[in-house]
Amino acid sequence: MAAVTSLHAAVDHAARFETRSATREPTWIKWTIVGVSLTFFTLFLLMPLIAVFVEAFRKGWDTYLAALIEPDALSAIQLTLIAAAIAVPLNLSFGVAAAWAITKFEFPGKQVLITLIDLPFSVSPVVAGLIYVLVFGAQGWFGSSLADNDIKIIFAVPGIVLATVFVTFPFVARELIPLMQAQGKEEEEAAVVLGASGWQTFWHVTLPNIKWGLLYGVILCNARAMGEFGAVSVVSGHIRGLTNTMPLHVEILYNEYQFAAAFAVASVLALLALVTLCIKTWIEHQAAKTKEES
Amino acid sequence: MRHTLRNIAASLLLGSTLATSAIAADITLLNVSYDPTRELYQEYNAAFAKHWKAKTGDTVTVKQSHGGSGKQARAVIDGLEADVVTLALAYDVAALHEKGKLIPADWQKRLKHNASPYTSTIVFLVRKGNPKGIKDWNDLTKPGVEVVTPNPKTSGGARWNYLAAWGYALKQPGGSDATAKEFVRKLFANVKVLDSGARGSLTTFAERGIGDVFISWENEAYLAVKELGPEKFDLVTPSMSILAEPPVSVVDKVVDKRGTRAVATAYLEYLYSPEGQDIAGKHYYRPIDPTVAAKYSGQYAKVSLFSIDDVFGGWDKAQKAHFSDGGVFDQITVR
Repeated sequence: MAAVTSLHAAVDHAARFETRSATREPTWIKWTIVGVSLTFFTLFLLMPLIAVFVEAFRKGWDTYLAALIEPDALSAIQLTLIAAAIAVPLNLSFGVAAAWAITKFEFPGKQVLITLIDLPFSVSPVVAGLIYVLVFGAQGWFGSSLADNDIKIIFAVPGIVLATVFVTFPFVARELIPLMQAQGKEEEEAAVVLGASGWQTFWHVTLPNIKWGLLYGVILCNARAMGEFGAVSVVSGHIRGLTNTMPLHVEILYNEYQFAAAFAVASVLALLALVTLCIKTWIEHQAAKTKEES
Repeated sequence: MRHTLRNIAASLLLGSTLATSAIAADITLLNVSYDPTRELYQEYNAAFAKHWKAKTGDTVTVKQSHGGSGKQARAVIDGLEADVVTLALAYDVAALHEKGKLIPADWQKRLKHNASPYTSTIVFLVRKGNPKGIKDWNDLTKPGVEVVTPNPKTSGGARWNYLAAWGYALKQPGGSDATAKEFVRKLFANVKVLDSGARGSLTTFAERGIGDVFISWENEAYLAVKELGPEKFDLVTPSMSILAEPPVSVVDKVVDKRGTRAVATAYLEYLYSPEGQDIAGKHYYRPIDPTVAAKYSGQYAKVSLFSIDDVFGGWDKAQKAHFSDGGVFDQITVR
């Protein structure tokens, strides 16, 4: 739970920090630091966000709506939702399984698994996309056999889903492993001693303990799945109305001088991000409350 | 608000059902093209669909994919199922034969005029009022002039830019390969940003405000002036430039597999029809049909054009000498 509750802990900590005279800084230092961080926040986060919405509505509500219900935009939104709807559940099950395996069992290759889970974070998304081109492309390893059976992977929806799964792979597992490590396995052991089956143990003991961390991971995973650009761009082929996701569609519109439309689609992405952020904050809050109660 | 949301949801559903029924009943073609042809093919696709419907009764939907010419060729070789390619230069289409065996070696003989239904050339886009006084190629090598062009390694248009500058230097009094090399070296020393494609470069120049002059496709430059405002940019046509022939081809392996050879061929042939030529002219390409060309001749400035075959002996030789690894472009850009 460390990651989830850290922000709230920080608030309490700040209050304690400031009441002690030994750690109290002169006022001007305090306000300079506060000023610097607020300036950066405004410049790099708030202004671009406002700009997106201002540009999106520059030509009025009608243009905004028209940009969103245009067939290519709709298909981009649809594809983004499909990719996320497949990638998130897959990575949810993988993440739980991996975290369970790593924290509850000892097995050879455990360290390797922990390291490999992070691979999608450390490798550039472009490389992630190229891997799939090299494996499934017409000149790639399986290219000719796929073509013979008329199976399309890259430059089609499956490739986009694969790339999305790859880049969002670590989120759930990364969130759960430290959490489950911190909790140890005593509660599970107690459950087993009391006669619970493996499934009962997971459902009644482990899951309630990890649910907030799990949700947090899922939300981050979803946000990245919808916003991914690099890897998806490589395997997409950029066919309008077929293989463009929302981020790719934004780029196309921008390059076609349709700035209002580009920002309209971008604003939907921004909105998704804001909603994600709200849910995330709510979850953090809930998690902190649960912790206090226990 | 709730009403509009419901509308969006409804049209989402409708969109998906329409898409599936369209694939089942009609013909879909994929045209993989390079960056600046977006607006051209948007209009041409609609015109061809109408023509084909009247002729055969079939409904044909042409999907588009755009990007840097070299990158797009690579994608088709890697399996992007293009029925037709309409790229920036012959070398990129030839790669489909050499690297992918997707088209026959004589692809350029299958359609008239080296399989190039329209031509274009390379011109300059400068800031309004031309503050640096740029008139011709030699002004681009002057100290203090900042040049924007895409990277010749990835962009077809940029290779035309480079070769146009080389040809200009070669054709000056006393011009030789050595003086041309020095001229192009000085020009690229003035280049501040090398984007990967023509559209990216234009954005750098127009939106980010970097550079004094953007070396550009003629059609792209006219389009930029029209779309982004005549009050912001001027177009400068140099005394001499290169005749750019963007070729088109059916991708044989794909059309034979999908059974779309007839319609794909007709799609390309219709580019040569008066209507196709007219659409090309409207989008600032130079039509090859003399009648249509005459109609649009007023919109371009006079420029003497040389061809790549005359000056460089064709794309193969130009590519090997200038753009291969360790070629002249690599030599002059080592800093």
